[in-house]
Amino acid sequence: MSRSFDVVVIGAGPAGYIAAIRAAQQGKTVACIDEWKNKNGKNAFGGTCLNAGCIPSKALLESSELYHRAGHEFKKHGIKTGNVEMDIAAMQKRRASIVRQLTGGIAGLFKANKVEGLVGHGKLLKNKQVEFTPVEGDKEIISAEHIVLASGSEPIELPIAKFDDDRIIDSWGALELDTVPESLGVVGAGVIGLELGSVWARLGSEVTILEAMEDFLFMADRDVAKVAAADFKKQGLDVRLGAKVSKATSAKKGVKVEYEDKDGAQSIEVEKLVVAVGRRPVTSGLFADDAGIQLDERGFIVVDDECRTRVKGVYAIGDCVRGPMLAHKGSEEGVMVADLIVGEIAEMNYDVIPSVLYTNPEIAWAGKTEAEVKESGVAYKTGQFPFMASGRAKAMEQTSGFVKIISSKEDDEILGVHIVGPMAGELISEAVLALEFSASTEDIQRTIHAHPSLAEAVHEAALAVDNKALNFPNK
Amino acid sequence: MTIEIKVPPLPESVSDATLVAWHKAVGEGVARDENLVDLETDKVVLEVPAPMAGTISKIVVEDGATVVAGDLLAILDEGEVAAAAAPAPEKTVEKKSAPAAKEAKGPVKTSPAVRRLLDEHDLDATMVTGSGKDGRITKADVMAFLKSDSSSDVAPGDSAPAVGVEVVTEGLAREEKRVPMTRLRARIAERLVDAQQTAAMLTTFNEVDLTEVMALRKRYRDDFEKAHGVRLGFMSFFAKASVEALKKFPAVNASVEGSDIIYHNYFDIGIAVSSDRGLMVPVIRDVDQMSFADFEGALNDMAGKAQDGTISMDDLTGGTFTITNGGIFGSMMSTPILNQPQSAILGMHSIQQRPMVVDGEIVARPMMYLAVTYDHRIIDGKEAVQFLVSIKDQLEDPSRLLLQV
Repeated sequence: MSRSFDVVVIGAGPAGYIAAIRAAQQGKTVACIDEWKNKNGKNAFGGTCLNAGCIPSKALLESSELYHRAGHEFKKHGIKTGNVEMDIAAMQKRRASIVRQLTGGIAGLFKANKVEGLVGHGKLLKNKQVEFTPVEGDKEIISAEHIVLASGSEPIELPIAKFDDDRIIDSWGALELDTVPESLGVVGAGVIGLELGSVWARLGSEVTILEAMEDFLFMADRDVAKVAAADFKKQGLDVRLGAKVSKATSAKKGVKVEYEDKDGAQSIEVEKLVVAVGRRPVTSGLFADDAGIQLDERGFIVVDDECRTRVKGVYAIGDCVRGPMLAHKGSEEGVMVADLIVGEIAEMNYDVIPSVLYTNPEIAWAGKTEAEVKESGVAYKTGQFPFMASGRAKAMEQTSGFVKIISSKEDDEILGVHIVGPMAGELISEAVLALEFSASTEDIQRTIHAHPSLAEAVHEAALAVDNKALNFPNK
Repeated sequence: MTIEIKVPPLPESVSDATLVAWHKAVGEGVARDENLVDLETDKVVLEVPAPMAGTISKIVVEDGATVVAGDLLAILDEGEVAAAAAPAPEKTVEKKSAPAAKEAKGPVKTSPAVRRLLDEHDLDATMVTGSGKDGRITKADVMAFLKSDSSSDVAPGDSAPAVGVEVVTEGLAREEKRVPMTRLRARIAERLVDAQQTAAMLTTFNEVDLTEVMALRKRYRDDFEKAHGVRLGFMSFFAKASVEALKKFPAVNASVEGSDIIYHNYFDIGIAVSSDRGLMVPVIRDVDQMSFADFEGALNDMAGKAQDGTISMDDLTGGTFTITNGGIFGSMMSTPILNQPQSAILGMHSIQQRPMVVDGEIVARPMMYLAVTYDHRIIDGKEAVQFLVSIKDQLEDPSRLLLQV
């Protein structure tokens, strides 16, 4: 007899595993199918985020940052280190260990919440059935009341620079290099390209980033992008804007990358080339032709605001549907869908999803950029506070950047918060909470912030909106 | 047995009420008819008495909440615990004029900026509709509320208790003061504008020679006071004269409801009085069946109640015709606005000695201009003019009042 569950989730990335756990907490019987296989041949839950994205990249960003600081900053702190040496193997071992702990943690969470974790391929059939092909063993048909598709995304491959898993690699490959390449080319100056470029530049690579767009960090606030661009340059990241890659071919010692910019045809030779031009949804083999699932022109599964597909009882969440490809967006969709399945009222606020770049300085924002506010026609006011004037930032020797708040001139509501500087990714949470509660600038002004802390910069920026900053001259 | 304490029926012109303060806590014993809670509406503070003795077992709605008729307020467990708890009337008599804004803010959680704005404008959080997460009030909501509140443009009027706060522009010696309308003021404003928008208002004037009325008053003032314990004022003459005129012209005593005209077979006269809380129009009922003394007594009662804020909803609702006296403030002439849904209002003014021609001679006479504003939709000009002339005739020859001619 075939098995049946209340809910079957396909995909155990941050969207899928959260949906599975939440649904189980809501009293449903849940199975979660996942087929992720790591480069060592072992299966693991967690999807891209835990295995090949957010988590391993943060592990390496931290290690490389410490290495860089030991070599460049410790002296200033009065710490003599002698010759600082890098042990890339140990770094990678640490990264792998963190990943292993966290992905193993999901298996533990599944057990604790009585979610059946199924390793293998899941495919949606019609009539609310799922064909499960385990890694070992026979196919089985599982029936479910509700099915959640959370198949994630994968790096986009350029036809002119196909991945060869050696010289031309994707972001995952770039996280698992066992030696530091002498030179590294990165196609795409987005979040992934900049983070990976930062890692290897700190570890000694000569990094060149080629970005087709003319604007640096086009999705960020212009003031933030300006500071970030200057800082990256100082760090030796060679970001070339308006550079359209036309060809990448194997050369004697690596890859020859040809591109065009406003000065005409150019070329560089790099030992490794990372292509990080974006990600696309993974849907191949995810559903039968007659399952009723529809894809849009970009390959995303078509869903409504509540992540319902065209098929009753079938939902899709995370990177395989519209919206930013961010783990926290997928997780929240997972929570929403699980709540909807049990009949609770749930909704996503797609307007308030924070974005973070874990570069140095970190970049984080939530809400609208100044350009977006201007375009919307709302009268606005802004306030900025530089980390240069923050005691904590000075003590940390990380004074680059600022906090910027944009608020409605008429009713003081906060419209956007943009941070470039130390711990921006942590500081942004206060802004997200404020935006979620439609807080006014005055609300932050009247909230006590601990001293000395980086968060004081958020407080001062709120004060600066009304020219009331206390620790920095007002404009 | 348990009894549900509910919000009593509110008059139809009142949509909701604010729970000002509980006089009893959970577990406290109450005597029958003892006031449990104060509800403030646009016009009055309502008391909700206990229907029988017992103990409050549950309070459902907290201070500051907005309630509508029929809402469950509390649960009362019936039982004879009353004796001990009975004497607590002093609590219920306390001045109710100041809305309990401070306590009201308790149950509604607000952000720091919202708290500051509410405090600054002495507003109650329950007055503002929240647009934030889960209905929370944002600063923008309060600002929008203040804006909409002040945009109705208050004429510097007879009411507006001065709870204002100087907010804006402190230019050198020039300052302006922004004062949020009280609920009462806002309601008055709304009703007046409403009247002006729906009725076809027209005013007709006349003048009345009060020589005879004044002579009569002078002659019988002391006797009247001795006999009835009240002073003989002008108002009773005007009210009685109005009633007689209303009998002759029933349309003036009617009201409009949709496309129907409702003729009232009774004569409930509203008298506009100003109080610290604002303009009020207490209604004196069945004036046709009253003597002069009855009327003066009833009027004194109402004025007292209006002044100390104990006037009840019942005292203020209904009414088939209204009299307003701008004369006590010195008005020579005015065009009153209808007190809807009534269709006419009589305006009295100041009495002045003016030269009049009587029997070919110029003599000084105590004269008053009279104005009747009427709803031309149901009252013709001829009726309105004759109605006013009838009042004039009776006042110039008060013996007509006795004979009802």
